[in-house]
Amino acid sequence: MTQQELINKLKTIVKPYIQNEMAFQNMTPETDFINDLKINSANLVDVVLDIEDEFDIEMDTQSMEKMLDVKSAMDIINTKLKNI
Amino acid sequence: MTSQQIINLLPYETPFLFVDTLTKISDKGIEGNYTLKKESGFYKGHFKNNPVTPGVILTEIMAQIGVVCLGILLLKKTTFNKEYPKIALTSSAVDFFLPILPGEKVNVVSEKTFFRFNKLQCKVQLFKETGALACRGTISGMFANGK
Repeated sequence: MTQQELINKLKTIVKPYIQNEMAFQNMTPETDFINDLKINSANLVDVVLDIEDEFDIEMDTQSMEKMLDVKSAMDIINTKLKNI
Repeated sequence: MTSQQIINLLPYETPFLFVDTLTKISDKGIEGNYTLKKESGFYKGHFKNNPVTPGVILTEIMAQIGVVCLGILLLKKTTFNKEYPKIALTSSAVDFFLPILPGEKVNVVSEKTFFRFNKLQCKVQLFKETGALACRGTISGMFANGK
């Protein structure tokens, strides 16, 4: 999977929970889930659960705490996929 | 944890406490009931000369029994540093089928969908005393990460 494919998958996952359409359209690895996309903490849990389903990985509390922007999410997913 | 311990930890009081007893508690789900008080203030205005329990109150009953009580059990803490647990309702999608009138007793049955990262989501049903389903839905709440 290329990094662009990964971003596209993440875009599909976060779409139902975003509150800032402009930031969503221009989503890059630097985009912050809470400050840019305005995803609230309850919906961030939904994002993490959807990532688990999509990539068939399991997130722990430590990963959850790091999941603040697109880049961290990509790093966590890439690391977990490598370890399977 | 006993039913009474859970009820004692609820961060509500009259006129906004909507839990009488919990009849079944487990990590997978919870059941409890509440009897609507005829003298509750909202019946004066909902509706004019025709008191019917508002949907928001039924949703609140489902949330307090089905999500908050279950959440307190799942947090497995008997004290919250002498404070009450801090909770936020984060989403509710409820369908209503039958009206609930003043004085009616309702039974709530809640089944945990997931409890992850302090977010609890449940499928909750509310029944009339006859056993007829009055409303059902999916309700979620977040519990503050108090240490």
